[in-house]
Amino acid sequence: MNQTIEKATVLFAGDSGDGMQLTGFQFSNTSALHGNDLSTFPDFPAEIRAPIGTIAGVSGFKINFGSVEINTPGGKVDTLVAMNAAALVKFQVDLKANGMIIANSNGFDKRNLRLAGLDESRDLLSEARDAGFLVVDIEISKLTREALKDSGLSTKEQDRSKNMFTLGLIYWLYNREIEPSLLFLKEKFRSKPDLLNANTLVLKTGYHFGETIELFSNRYTVNKASLPSGSYRNIAGNEAIAIGLISASAQAHLDLYYAGYPITPASDILHELSNRKNFGVRSFQAEDEIAAIGAAVGASFAGSLAVTASSGPGIALKTEALGLAFMLETPLVVINVQRGGPSTGLPTKTEQSDLFQAIYGRNGEAPIPVIAARSPKDCFAVAFEACRIAIEHMTPVILLSDGYIANGSEPWRFPKASDLPSIHPNYPKLDAPYLPYQRDERGVRSWAIPGTAGHEYRLGGLEKQDQTGNVSYEPENHQKMVLSRAAKVDEIANHIPPQEIDCGPLEGDVLLIGWGSTYGAIRTAVLNMNKQGISVAHLHIRYLFPFPKNLETHLRNFKTIIIPELNNGQLVKIIREKFLINAIPLNKIKGLPFLSSEIEHAVLERLKEL
Amino acid sequence: METADLLKPKDFATDQDVRWCPGCGDYSILKQVQSIMPNLGVPRENIVFISGIGCSSRFPYYMNTYGMHSIHGRAAAIASGLKMVRKDLSVWIITGDGDSLSIGGNHLIHLLRRNLDVNILLFNNEIYGLTKGQFSPTSELGKNTKSSPWGTIDHPFNPAALALGADASFFARGLDLDTKGLRDILLRAHAHKGTSLVEIYQNCNVFNDGAFAPYSNKSTRESSTLLLEEGQPLIYGTEQQREALYIRDMKVYSAPLNTIASEDLWIHDSKDPMKAHLLSRLFDPYSEKALPRPFGVFYQEERLVYEEEMDKQLHSAVQSKGVGKIDSLLQGKNFWTIE
Repeated sequence: MNQTIEKATVLFAGDSGDGMQLTGFQFSNTSALHGNDLSTFPDFPAEIRAPIGTIAGVSGFKINFGSVEINTPGGKVDTLVAMNAAALVKFQVDLKANGMIIANSNGFDKRNLRLAGLDESRDLLSEARDAGFLVVDIEISKLTREALKDSGLSTKEQDRSKNMFTLGLIYWLYNREIEPSLLFLKEKFRSKPDLLNANTLVLKTGYHFGETIELFSNRYTVNKASLPSGSYRNIAGNEAIAIGLISASAQAHLDLYYAGYPITPASDILHELSNRKNFGVRSFQAEDEIAAIGAAVGASFAGSLAVTASSGPGIALKTEALGLAFMLETPLVVINVQRGGPSTGLPTKTEQSDLFQAIYGRNGEAPIPVIAARSPKDCFAVAFEACRIAIEHMTPVILLSDGYIANGSEPWRFPKASDLPSIHPNYPKLDAPYLPYQRDERGVRSWAIPGTAGHEYRLGGLEKQDQTGNVSYEPENHQKMVLSRAAKVDEIANHIPPQEIDCGPLEGDVLLIGWGSTYGAIRTAVLNMNKQGISVAHLHIRYLFPFPKNLETHLRNFKTIIIPELNNGQLVKIIREKFLINAIPLNKIKGLPFLSSEIEHAVLERLKEL
Repeated sequence: METADLLKPKDFATDQDVRWCPGCGDYSILKQVQSIMPNLGVPRENIVFISGIGCSSRFPYYMNTYGMHSIHGRAAAIASGLKMVRKDLSVWIITGDGDSLSIGGNHLIHLLRRNLDVNILLFNNEIYGLTKGQFSPTSELGKNTKSSPWGTIDHPFNPAALALGADASFFARGLDLDTKGLRDILLRAHAHKGTSLVEIYQNCNVFNDGAFAPYSNKSTRESSTLLLEEGQPLIYGTEQQREALYIRDMKVYSAPLNTIASEDLWIHDSKDPMKAHLLSRLFDPYSEKALPRPFGVFYQEERLVYEEEMDKQLHSAVQSKGVGKIDSLLQGKNFWTIE
């Protein structure tokens, strides 16, 4: 029976070596091409090859797709694909009551049970059946080997294709086309025809298996979402950042220079930009995080759009050079793809705990604009905006993303190049003597580029004399310069869009304030509560420093303000300090994004107390 | 454009007062640098000085070119980024023994191996001057300073050996008071395509006075210094006592010149990495019996220059993929349209 549903959440889970990330990514791309709205959440261990078969080694990829608006990777899971016992142990708690488990029964033998830390006599699948789940157990490993028995591939190579069986099966279950993945395989294995044939065969075998074997009582259709008209693609956050940076460099007529050092979860920005040399992008893998930002400062001095990215620990190392860029008043974009901290923390898990670091984390009086991306596609707009502010206001800018949106993906209605605004570098006039620290009406100094005759100037990290930039230890001058630099950054508030309410009433009882990647979960929770007649509004802050000028007006229109964050309460402290209001924290610090149900539940609890 | 050949050394001085201690070796180095600038054939606006932190790092304020006085140890990194995007600029890094061998050691070795076409002037005074007299990574073992009242237990760096170990494509050593020798080295460093590391022995007359006196005092310098001249035998010593160096079984020996057959003389060849290595090992603390300390260009090698390779990759990417179009970047490989 074919059943049409509004949305579905599928979780692909298996051992790190089972190819679940690729499977999930393929399913997402196909669903996006199919016209669904969607959101994904890859969740994998920090170890490249974690001990095989163990719970620590489980890699998961969650996708929520629908014909309705989708803002999060979903809450409880409809269908869990479990390639081995450990995967089921880890994720069974996330299943809906009566949810479906598609299990590779070859991954539930004694060895796998032992590796998952269980008694070898357990029958996990029967237990799951007894617990009310719909269990479909298929010998995926065995069927894959069977399909490939004449392929000439080794058993090891044959086993590597089993994720394609799973993918084909899920395509059948959710009525997807397999063509996009066939094309993908063609490209991936262009030079390896035997692997191309094997993977293609297994993908089709999985699909036909669903069709032939009457294991499933239902087959599901998720229709196209009614998204606004336009051209769409599926995009992940780090990729969107890279595209945003390149687009901004084009709109500013500047060459893009990117210096980075490998770090999870920011490395994909380095990979992406290193592959864009035909856009004139110069990417540099430096010897360390400090060298990366140092090289970027040098490139900025030389007249390029300079960018560096890292995650919390790397940003800590970059801090001194960030202070230099602030002092020089030179354009620089510093991206922090946040992860669980402190110290090395949880490299592959998400968190929002670097907000204080971004806003306050420097020696001396060094205010730096901070903006944050709210979703994978929003990374494009925010990267572009970070470049605009850096270039037009002659300042370093910190862009906050996080592991969740860096790796997650969603459909993006991409703009045309001709729709992008121009960015205007503040070059000095050529006919006048050059004063490097002379400011315009916005407090912005001009940017003289080496190679310009007559503008030779020296600058540095020592306090500078107003106008000339010469070294100055004068007490009055220091105070003036500290205030001028702060005023310049404050002035940016006059050059950003006003704050708006995202959804819900414009005034009332409860306002939820969020920033960064919690956007989707908060929005979903608020829309859901509004449906139930609960008066709650959602305000999302993109510009975290300086705040939009009208932010306070919104805050005063609500009796209760709750601030959900994936940290121990950072924005909430800033809001309380700045506006002297009794904002309430709502925190989750588990290395995982909020589920919208968690926010909803917490708000309802809170409302009871009020 | 102000063409360089119309400029004089004084055109490279700024209106800022030079604030080093009276008698500091930095004055001489500044003067030699200013004096060679008009001879580089580079317009003044295309010259950039980047420094880190330390006494020597005030240098850019005194050069009427583009310049940046940056942060401790990072000049090599900053200059690398600058040179990668602007290979038309002549880039000079000004650094000290603490700046480039201690806090910035990592950037120094990586710059040397990458071989960007920049010049590093390493002012080595074997002490921390700006912070008032702590031992540095080049201070001799056992040195008594404020931070080592019992003498240092740190084995010092040998900058020449370190540079060659990092595959520097150019290494030279100069002395602040040897003005002519220093100017020659600076010009050769500029002419070298690749990273040129010039170690300059610089006297800190306040915190480490006389550290290099054996190499500059009239009474000792002839017998303690070896001036490297391309194609010439390695000879040193006084008129009365000429000594020559020779190599046997990969070891260096010295003997009176008249006792050595001419075919056994060590002829200086800065293209020879093994000989350069041996030169770098002439590093014993000064004594009357010690082998002399070499000055001049130890080693020079033509090899791939980083920023040029970077440019080549950009060009070949354009050739194979075409100039990148933002619209195709935005739409990606797979996209769909909703009416």
